[in-house]
Amino acid sequence: MPGKTLFEKIWERHVVVDGDPSLLFVDLHLVHEVTSPQAFAGLDFHGRKVRRPDLTVATVDHAIPTVDRLVQIRDPQSRKQVETLRANCAKHGILFFDIDDPRQGIVHVVGPENGFTQPGMLIVCGDSHTSTHGAFGALAFGIGTTEVEHVLATQTLWQSKPKTMAIEVEGDLPLGVAAKDLILGILAQLGVRGGTGHVFEYRGEAIRKLSMEERMTICNMSIEGGARAGMIAPDDTTFAYVEGRPFAPKGAAWEKALDDWRSLATDPDATFDAVRHIDAARLVPHVSWGINPGQTVPVTSTVPSPDDFEDPMDRSSAERALEYMGLQPGTPITDIPVQHVFIGSCTNSRITDLRQAARVVEGKKVSDRVSAVVVPGSMQVKAQAEAEGLDRIFEDAGFEWRDAGCSSCLAMNPDVIPSGERCASTSNRNYEGRQGRGARTHLVSPAMAAAAAVAGHFVDVREWA
Amino acid sequence: MRPVNVIQGAMVPLPRADVDTDQIIPKQFLTRIERTGYGAFLFWNWAYDDDGNPVEFFTHDPARRGAKVLVAGPNFGCGSSREHAVWAIQDWGFEAVVAPSFGDIFRNNSYQSGLLPVELPEETVNRLIEAAADPNTIVTIDLETQTVRCGDLEASFDIDPSVKDRLLKGLDAIGLTLEHEDAIEAYEARRPEWLPRSVA
Repeated sequence: MPGKTLFEKIWERHVVVDGDPSLLFVDLHLVHEVTSPQAFAGLDFHGRKVRRPDLTVATVDHAIPTVDRLVQIRDPQSRKQVETLRANCAKHGILFFDIDDPRQGIVHVVGPENGFTQPGMLIVCGDSHTSTHGAFGALAFGIGTTEVEHVLATQTLWQSKPKTMAIEVEGDLPLGVAAKDLILGILAQLGVRGGTGHVFEYRGEAIRKLSMEERMTICNMSIEGGARAGMIAPDDTTFAYVEGRPFAPKGAAWEKALDDWRSLATDPDATFDAVRHIDAARLVPHVSWGINPGQTVPVTSTVPSPDDFEDPMDRSSAERALEYMGLQPGTPITDIPVQHVFIGSCTNSRITDLRQAARVVEGKKVSDRVSAVVVPGSMQVKAQAEAEGLDRIFEDAGFEWRDAGCSSCLAMNPDVIPSGERCASTSNRNYEGRQGRGARTHLVSPAMAAAAAVAGHFVDVREWA
Repeated sequence: MRPVNVIQGAMVPLPRADVDTDQIIPKQFLTRIERTGYGAFLFWNWAYDDDGNPVEFFTHDPARRGAKVLVAGPNFGCGSSREHAVWAIQDWGFEAVVAPSFGDIFRNNSYQSGLLPVELPEETVNRLIEAAADPNTIVTIDLETQTVRCGDLEASFDIDPSVKDRLLKGLDAIGLTLEHEDAIEAYEARRPEWLPRSVA
């Protein structure tokens, strides 16, 4: 019998009804305030119950304020959305990390840090960045609201089997080059359609050496390459992260789980539908210049010209991007000024991200032309950062230190970037209007964002080491 | 869900690649808890200027009112999983989107809500985009026969047979799934005991 990939092993163990599509069982359903109200309303309409509240966890993250939020959410619609989720969770007996809960945070930070996210699981959420959880060797993907309703009612989902693509990352990441730079480099090479219909498995020595936080950054942005999900085989780094967390297995169950998890990695003789190779050793820090995450270049280069693209669609997309971003071809990336810096989001808001940024700004001052904000991914990350004194480093440098949420990544809350202004952002999407109507987003790593805050323009953070 | 069968009507061309769901329905309209009423916000940032005044865009063009088919570039609906994008497209009046490729989540969401995503080769889509320049050109999409006809253009498209059947009948997926109750229960009984449970 031929070997199996990590993806195939997890897919097979979740099949309830085999076919095309297959009915798959969901081990963990993460819920937030924005994509769930219509799903709960649908359940109520049909008189249905939540089948497995014990496999469901909810939090508020997308639209909540990151300052002064315990008194009242000012926006009446956002307030109603949060109240609706609170009522739905109470009614259906779902564990809910409310706005005043010390475990509240971005859904993709909360799942892993509380130990809900474990190897071999099938995890879904009404959010495309659910791919983050694939860092643990789980199959995790985003779904829409009707599918959220389906999972609430049945704890299952109909899925057609995607294809598999191995992303072989060879060599070592050079000093000063972050996991974010690796995934931006991958997206620059693959493009935003490169992974459509596929599940990525990130492989190779460079991946094995990454921490869990770094692996989450990589898997998080799989969706930006068009992939349904991104995965990394679980190993001792994974197990060490999971062990001891509140919802991780304990005692004999832990030993059993470990035995199982060690069997998940792709077999040596397994094959993928496609393979791509990335040379990590040649990577440098990356900065996005356009309006999709594939429109990304090394910090050492210049803004490209539409003529650099062969495909007519890519060329017109580049023209549109330059116009929206207010950039001229040939401009050195390091000449681009920024007015805003946002360190946060489900891509880069974990403790190691904050440490990397703090190391860069320690003893320095944010440029007086820049407004800089740090939004920890969860209140637990915030507490840990404060215990380490990172909040002092950021505030002394002139950063604002906020409460947890998605914040400026999608700017559904008041953290909106004004039209025409530029933001160096550690988030995942530089779409038109993403951070605010007319706002110009440049995707970067936490260290690159921190350096841009100090310099007032992009810099090659390797030169600051 | 309303059954999908033959969709016949005018087209609107949108010759752009990688149209993400943030463009289809910007985030400021996602705080509503209803499933309807998103049509007015479709492509908002392209349809209105910074001050909220309408700019030249098909959503304001009386000649485009009543169109049923949106014809777009590759990777339509990429990005965010927000199903509000599908609801906004349907609420404006579209019943199908034709493109060379779709974002995976958008395609799934379309199937869930009865919007028909039709994938055709890029050259065929480009011919339809040209034909759609005339707001009176009529296209016919027949789900039963999986064909698209427009003037002398005739093309066929693929769709998963079970999805097709469900769309043709307008069936609720949850109802269908619950027919597999025994299989779900049997699966639940054999899950490993170490898997996490959020509440007792």
